[in-house]
Amino acid sequence: MKLTGLGHDKTATMVLVALAAVTFIIPFCNLALPADSPMHFSAYTVSLLGKYLTFALLGLSLDLVWGYCGILALGHGAFFALGGYAMGMYLMRQIGTRGVYGDPLLPDFMVFLNWKELPWYWLGFDHFWFALLMVVLVPGVLAFVFGWLAFRSRVTGVYLSIITQALTYALLLAFFRNEMGFGGNNGLTDFKELLGFNIQSEAVRAMLLMMSGITLMTAFLVCRWLVNTKLGRVVTAIRDQESRVRFLGYRVEMFKLWIFVFAAMLAGVAGALYVPQVGIINPSEFSPLNSLEIVIWVAMGGRGTLYGAIIGAVLVNYSKTVLTGLMPEIWLFSLGAVFVIVTVLLPDGIVGLLRRRLQEQHS
Amino acid sequence: MKANSIKGYCRLAAFLMLLFSLASYGDQEVSTQQPLLDALNNLKQGSMSEREQAITQLAGIGQSSLGILQALLDGKLFTLKSDAKLVIGIDNNQGYDISDAVSGTALGAIERADVNKINLTNKLRVSLRKIIGELELSADDPLIRLAAVKAMGNEDDDAVLALLQARAGVEKDATVLKAINVVFLLKEMNSSDKAVRIKAIEALKEQNNLDVVNRLNVMVEKDEGGNYLETDVEVRNIAKAALIKINSRLQLYSTIETVFFGLSLGAVLVLAAIGLAITFGVMGVINMAHGELMMLGAYTTYVMQQLMPNHLGVSVLLSIPAAFMISALVGIAIERGIIRFLYGRPLETLLATFGVSLILQQSVRSIFSPLNRSVATPEWMSGSWQINDFLSLTWNRFYILVFCLMVFVLLLQILKRTRLGLEVRAVAQNRNMARAMGIPTAKVDALTFGLGSGIAGVAGVALSQITNVGPNLGQAYIVDSFMVVVFGGVGNLWGTLVAGFVLGIANKFLEPFAGAVLAKILVLVFIILFIQKRPRGLFPQKGRAADS
Repeated sequence: MKLTGLGHDKTATMVLVALAAVTFIIPFCNLALPADSPMHFSAYTVSLLGKYLTFALLGLSLDLVWGYCGILALGHGAFFALGGYAMGMYLMRQIGTRGVYGDPLLPDFMVFLNWKELPWYWLGFDHFWFALLMVVLVPGVLAFVFGWLAFRSRVTGVYLSIITQALTYALLLAFFRNEMGFGGNNGLTDFKELLGFNIQSEAVRAMLLMMSGITLMTAFLVCRWLVNTKLGRVVTAIRDQESRVRFLGYRVEMFKLWIFVFAAMLAGVAGALYVPQVGIINPSEFSPLNSLEIVIWVAMGGRGTLYGAIIGAVLVNYSKTVLTGLMPEIWLFSLGAVFVIVTVLLPDGIVGLLRRRLQEQHS
Repeated sequence: MKANSIKGYCRLAAFLMLLFSLASYGDQEVSTQQPLLDALNNLKQGSMSEREQAITQLAGIGQSSLGILQALLDGKLFTLKSDAKLVIGIDNNQGYDISDAVSGTALGAIERADVNKINLTNKLRVSLRKIIGELELSADDPLIRLAAVKAMGNEDDDAVLALLQARAGVEKDATVLKAINVVFLLKEMNSSDKAVRIKAIEALKEQNNLDVVNRLNVMVEKDEGGNYLETDVEVRNIAKAALIKINSRLQLYSTIETVFFGLSLGAVLVLAAIGLAITFGVMGVINMAHGELMMLGAYTTYVMQQLMPNHLGVSVLLSIPAAFMISALVGIAIERGIIRFLYGRPLETLLATFGVSLILQQSVRSIFSPLNRSVATPEWMSGSWQINDFLSLTWNRFYILVFCLMVFVLLLQILKRTRLGLEVRAVAQNRNMARAMGIPTAKVDALTFGLGSGIAGVAGVALSQITNVGPNLGQAYIVDSFMVVVFGGVGNLWGTLVAGFVLGIANKFLEPFAGAVLAKILVLVFIILFIQKRPRGLFPQKGRAADS
């Protein structure tokens, strides 16, 4: 308890308990209880919740860079999408001869493009361990190269934000191209199996929800530990007074770089958990709007708290599901309004609001 | 009352006189048209010899009968079965849309069975073609003459050459004369005299003419057996040398064209970025809704055009101030309503304005439908400026380039010479000091934001002339225009101008090698690397202004 600092923070404990409940009880209710039982959760609910949990993990990783390091990354969705693509490539390889064209070597879209052999960057994705490695390595390396270039030359503030947006925009354009070998604008889909289990089956869906929940809780605890280490303290100091930290002799760009790379890897893991649950990954995941939505989850929940990001991600995405179901037109209006209201009126998000209420009650 | 009624009578009298004069004018016209009517009567007769006579008669009348002759040649001349009237008919799938052959007045649509086509023999057609060529060659409009020369150049006929020869003697227009000359030189290349051929090639290599390139290319090619089509080695070598010379000129023209495309793309980027540069330079605030303000400008153009569909040119010109006003007002509303509360928090401003951009986009989608709307281009802006066979520049891009420079100069003058400009520059350089000197910074902020937003609206008008107008119009430009601002250096309008043009040209030069998408990515990567070396852009602000 001391290690994670949970003892001081009731909200964090509550969030963790809620997460554990979702992670373990809902799959049980889905699988073990009969369909007519009032406690039964449908497969739809299970995969929806699983999706929310991966979004929460994504929000958590952004909170690390934005809430703790002050880097407003507007291209965080790119790392999520890259992790997703890595997992998608593994799932594509599992289809084998069951594709429409039944080609033993090539995925359908390559047969369609008249390609003769597998591009080199698809090699190795037959193995699950290799795909998992890539899920963290590809986003990590991209974040490293990008961050090394950006932080070394002290690109900060809005400059950095726009350049990260340009990064994800460039990737969006690139992945739309058929020649890239990632399925063009259709992306990768029609997955069949994950580790030999049917990906459509309820048991696998429930397992994926559980995996997402466990990963999220682990990541949450790791992040909490991280921000309380010396590294975390320095990073927080950079957020508040960058030049002072530099004058104290810390290599600011290195701290920024590591936190950025770590967050990118977490985002990649989130993407890898997301893809099997929704069954598709396509270039629209790279769109700048997606990355901005992540920012608003964190802003709405309350940044710099970690659990705020989780609350925000679930809340915003739940409203998105409800609103787009009811009236698709309303969604963008309300999302726009949320951007304005949260930044102008709720700078500390919902968590900040609740805290203020609590303090008022105490005093 | 009395004065009014007198006025009324006067008006009536004037009207009657006008009618009368028109009627008498009509009479006069009939008398001068007598030969034409005679000729047309002959044309309507059945026999080919009478038709031949009619054609000769028509040719004698001159230019005014050109339309009828052309229609005759194209098989579009008919007689009505009902009253044997001569009409020109244009096929409309079900029948013909007809118009009077003499006066040109439209007479509505008619079925195929109701008309008789005036047929020609092949012999008549050949002579008719010649007569039309002759008439066109002596037309008043040099463009018609030029087209006629080019068409005749493709015909291998001594009579045609004789016509051209005759025209060359009296032709005054240099371009037409040159075109005639090229036709003769091309003929001389087929001559049996080697010296004549060499001379022709030497003369032709100075011409920018696609026919010449094609003809020369034939001379240096091999046939299937591997033998050169041109057997004479000396002639072939000279042809090769001439081709090299022409190709190097071709290269030059294509470079000029690429630069022009780059400049016009740059002009769009500058127009999009310059408003952003002002707001960012003065307030350190990125307005993510900037692209949507451009979109509003484009939609303003669309609405103006719907309001006055018959005056395209006027509506586009009126759209410029209208778009400026609308976008400026929206901009000021954004500043007063949101940004004002977020000063000193640039990242939050970025998010809030992004929210505004979503709301604006969705509003437009709800009002105008999510589909793209196309805005018509006025006539003087469409088409292209054909400089020679190798080089033509489109007018709309040309006008946008000019328009961009005008906006730039105007903005520069506003910043340099007006009170507002002075205050804007003061606040941009040192906000606290400006406030200490009594400058109302809040007011300046609002007005600056209005100015920058207004220019975004004006940029939208320009954009509506080159792309479709849709709710996503602005999104594509926000990243690009921010890149221009960063590349050029914040707070320096000249930097924005140079950066916009450099990026535009770089993009267009990279495109042929790398493709549009990769070119864009390369430019992005280049800017990221460029910021490594010069974090403050091409033209950094110097002195105390460069704080932090």
